[in-house]
Amino acid sequence: MSQEVGRSNGGNSGAAPYSFGGEWTPSPIELGRRASRKAKGRRNGLIAALSSLLVLGTIAIVVVTSPGWKVLSATFFDWGYGFKVLPKILTGFFQSNVILTLIAATSVGALGLTIALIRTSRSPALTPFRILATAYVDAFRGIPMLLIILLVGFGIPALQIRGLTNDVFILGIIAVIITYSAYVAEVIRSGILTVHPSQRAAARSLGLSNFQTLRYVVLPQALRRVTPPLLNDLVALIKDTGLVSILGVTDAIRAAQIETSRTFNYTPYVMAALVFLFVTIPLTRYTDRTLRKSIERQNAQGQA
Amino acid sequence: MSTPVLELREVRKAFGNEVVLEDISITVPEHTATVLIGASGSGKSTMLRCINLLELIDDGVIKLDGVDITDVSTNPDEIRRKLGMVFQSFNLFPHMKVLDNIILAPMRVHGLGREEATERALELLTRFGLREKADQYPDRLSGGQQQRVAIIRSLAVQPRLLLLDEVTSALDPVLVNEVLSTVRDLKEHGMTMVLATHEMGFAKQVADEVCFLERGRIIEWGSPTEMLENPKDPRTQDFLKRVHEAGRL
Repeated sequence: MSQEVGRSNGGNSGAAPYSFGGEWTPSPIELGRRASRKAKGRRNGLIAALSSLLVLGTIAIVVVTSPGWKVLSATFFDWGYGFKVLPKILTGFFQSNVILTLIAATSVGALGLTIALIRTSRSPALTPFRILATAYVDAFRGIPMLLIILLVGFGIPALQIRGLTNDVFILGIIAVIITYSAYVAEVIRSGILTVHPSQRAAARSLGLSNFQTLRYVVLPQALRRVTPPLLNDLVALIKDTGLVSILGVTDAIRAAQIETSRTFNYTPYVMAALVFLFVTIPLTRYTDRTLRKSIERQNAQGQA
Repeated sequence: MSTPVLELREVRKAFGNEVVLEDISITVPEHTATVLIGASGSGKSTMLRCINLLELIDDGVIKLDGVDITDVSTNPDEIRRKLGMVFQSFNLFPHMKVLDNIILAPMRVHGLGREEATERALELLTRFGLREKADQYPDRLSGGQQQRVAIIRSLAVQPRLLLLDEVTSALDPVLVNEVLSTVRDLKEHGMTMVLATHEMGFAKQVADEVCFLERGRIIEWGSPTEMLENPKDPRTQDFLKRVHEAGRL
């Protein structure tokens, strides 16, 4: 186009930054493209709505008209009963699951980081610790957590060592920490390994020591990269704290179980599930967002 | 003559069975620039990394200000404090703003306070026309600006010697010049340098001595005019001819 689009305000052309969105009016061709894109967008929206209605509607009808639906909805979705037992479930949730998650998450972070650092270190003095850390990760990533909980929960009290606790809550936390530290250590270690060696070389060439390089250059980049998978593990941790209920800790699941065994109505389980979802769904959304952001950031760096 | 800043004597380096440096001897007096030229894989980068102790040599001696830095009792961290190194791929720390990239080593390695380190960093940034980039992250900068920040970062520790490893190879032709003029500026201010480059015109401008490497050996060395206009060794002639054909002279 022959008009001086956007340059009129600058004066000195060339050095002046280009400015977009000045007095530009879209050409008829562009307007035509926009109109047809809009129409296509509307059509796509309509198709999506219709198809959703059809599929979800069919599923709903099949479920509701099934022969057992009446009984099922009475024993699983008795909302009046559900809200009556909700306070008990919430008490269990906040007194056990939430506190367990908070304590375990911080300890797992510290322990996982330590193990990851030991495993990535090269110092000869740390060799025995490196072997131990590797064995630890191998063992506790390979054993089902339920078994660890049973072994710790019933094994440690059976030792009958004085001073060791018999408190199932504490034993449950220990079992959760032991298992999750092994996973988190591996996630952090993978993050450390993805930091390019040239970053290390640059830091060392500035005179930074091995530890300073780790502290100021490698770890900050590594932890930023593994934040999404770590958040993912946090969601899993929240749910898995429910497993300690088998030791007799009255968490949300156990509280629901007690109610259920009294009335043979399973609505408390559904309520417990909703309570977990109430916390995990926002956290999962947040995780997705951080993941998307971190991918965007990495792509931006690739272009630079 | 006073002690040279850097001296390499019969340095040898091998990766496994592959010898990458053999019988390398150079002397770099204070305030001079030694330029290493040669094809990719001729050993230029390895040589710089050996001087910086990022790689251990297999034989020979490297002396910094007359002191043997390849002695087993030397602490590499202490030696690297006196050396600046700039890499082909900039290697700025992406999680730190430009200013924080520059003040990291002065603060953590040289024990400067944040204020003093910042003041000095801003001075350098101003001198090289990058003052307004201080609070930006590296990925917001052009390649040329990133490389200049990397140079400033290595200058901030006031090194005795600056090692520049093909600092313009990753840049498009327009950005090459801003980086080269920065290096010229340093040379005029008396910085002692060893640099590997493919920019022959630039080599002619800043070099006091040019060394041509091939397969890990120094084939020929001399003043830039001798070396680039009238090389004696047929291998140097051949290399320069190929560079010329590629339009890089």
